[in-house]
Amino acid sequence: MSKHVSCEEVIKRLLEFLDKELDAETERQIRSHMETCRACFSRAEFERRLRERIAEAGETKAPDSLRRRVRAMVARF
Amino acid sequence: MTLRMEQTDHNSEQRRRFFEAEVERLMDRLYGTALRLTRNGPDAEDVVAETLARAWSKLDGLQDLQSFEKWVFRILINTFISERRRRLARPADESPDCEDVLDQFSLFEKVHQPFLLWWGNPEQQLLDKFLRADINRAVDDLQEEFRAVVIMVEVWGLSYAEVAETLEVPVGTVRSRLSRGRALLQRALWSQASQLGIAGAKQGDTSR
Repeated sequence: MSKHVSCEEVIKRLLEFLDKELDAETERQIRSHMETCRACFSRAEFERRLRERIAEAGETKAPDSLRRRVRAMVARF
Repeated sequence: MTLRMEQTDHNSEQRRRFFEAEVERLMDRLYGTALRLTRNGPDAEDVVAETLARAWSKLDGLQDLQSFEKWVFRILINTFISERRRRLARPADESPDCEDVLDQFSLFEKVHQPFLLWWGNPEQQLLDKFLRADINRAVDDLQEEFRAVVIMVEVWGLSYAEVAETLEVPVGTVRSRLSRGRALLQRALWSQASQLGIAGAKQGDTSR
């Protein structure tokens, strides 16, 4: 019989859950909790979406000057 | 002998093509990450160029070519850190003045309205209102040690262990920097949202 986790516990471990840093059993418990708890599910969705927005910040069109510089460098390798 | 040389030439040509294709594919992400780390274009270009020079010189040591992406990203982080140390002649990560930071700040808790669960979703709406520039500003405003860890985990999907190995710090340090970095980031976004008048704060919540 598996243990049920509380909302408090889910929230405490939510970011590690999203980072895939939890052991398989804890991850399964949290996933199962979210199947029935709309509040925790909403919070997870929010954090996931925020993370997507932050990830967008890590992509910016590289300037042509850099592309030319790198191509010239690779040609010399 | 000639055959072996031809074989070697063939392999090195294959590696070069692989390298060129991967660099082309990852260029915008590498530059974007370098830009968030350095916060200025010319330095970001230098970091990317130096990263790729280092990556090429170490490419023979990379056993699994499938892991190129994370591998080159880790080189980028190390290049950034060593370039910065060289320029400032001091470690950038020391003496962080952050003891007063609230680890638990949650943007979600600021805007979430439980009674609206079925009818509306103010927290998702808030996220949609942020411009890309707003998010970038919040990331850029983080102290470097927090910014690097947040980028490594959230943008590049590195595990805590990989971050720890790259930065040569214990995993516990990665956890605490990540936790603080995220709290600071969410607090900065909340502050921006409040200033821009897009926060949609909960009734009765006057905290900033």
